[in-house]
Amino acid sequence: MWAMGGGGGRWLTDQPIDVAALLADVAAAGRGGTVVFLGTVRRSSEDGDVAAIEYTAYDAMAEAELGRIAEEALARWPDARVALRHRTGVVPLGEASVAIAAAAPHRADAYAASRWLIEEVKRRAPIWKKERFASGGARWVEGHTGGG
Amino acid sequence: MSGGGAAGGIRVSILLFATFAEAAGRDRLEAVLPDGAVAGDALAFVRSQPWAGRLPPSPALAVNLRYAKPGLALRDGDEVAVIPPVAGG
Repeated sequence: MWAMGGGGGRWLTDQPIDVAALLADVAAAGRGGTVVFLGTVRRSSEDGDVAAIEYTAYDAMAEAELGRIAEEALARWPDARVALRHRTGVVPLGEASVAIAAAAPHRADAYAASRWLIEEVKRRAPIWKKERFASGGARWVEGHTGGG
Repeated sequence: MSGGGAAGGIRVSILLFATFAEAAGRDRLEAVLPDGAVAGDALAFVRSQPWAGRLPPSPALAVNLRYAKPGLALRDGDEVAVIPPVAGG
């Protein structure tokens, strides 16, 4: 099963992501391997003085699509437990915008589920991001065509 | 079930986001499309508006919170969304 979200909805939150809570959500005696992925806001050399990234979402559809992605992961890895959170609003440099935890009896499935989940979130979630610069001003980040 | 409103036609809400909403200067519009309209017709409706200006190319479409192909038939009361290239995760 998956875990309840905090702040916005089941999967989206407008608060800093609580990674410890995410880990607690997937922990269980029979799950020997747990993988956590964090996507954090970074500044690459060509981005200039990015101070933060603002994430906006089609909230209702993001909740639905993230829920579908989690369900599909459990169909592929039935013994796994997964949790994920995507943050919306302004996320400062260095903080996590997305977190995924996957636990399974053996580590191979935990790694595989974690990898699959982040790739699906990036491909499908109706979420957009805008760089906010320390000097003021903002720029939408190029996305990739969403698909379901 | 389904079918058009009392006056005929299909009433839909069309949601815009991100670069599309910015280019359009709005994030939502209501439309009455002809009977038989499909999801792609909602996008064409947006592009035909006088305020549309130059909208980004190649958005995806969603109907009632699910991705939809342009050929998906619309029903009265549907919520259509124009989904510009996504950048989550």
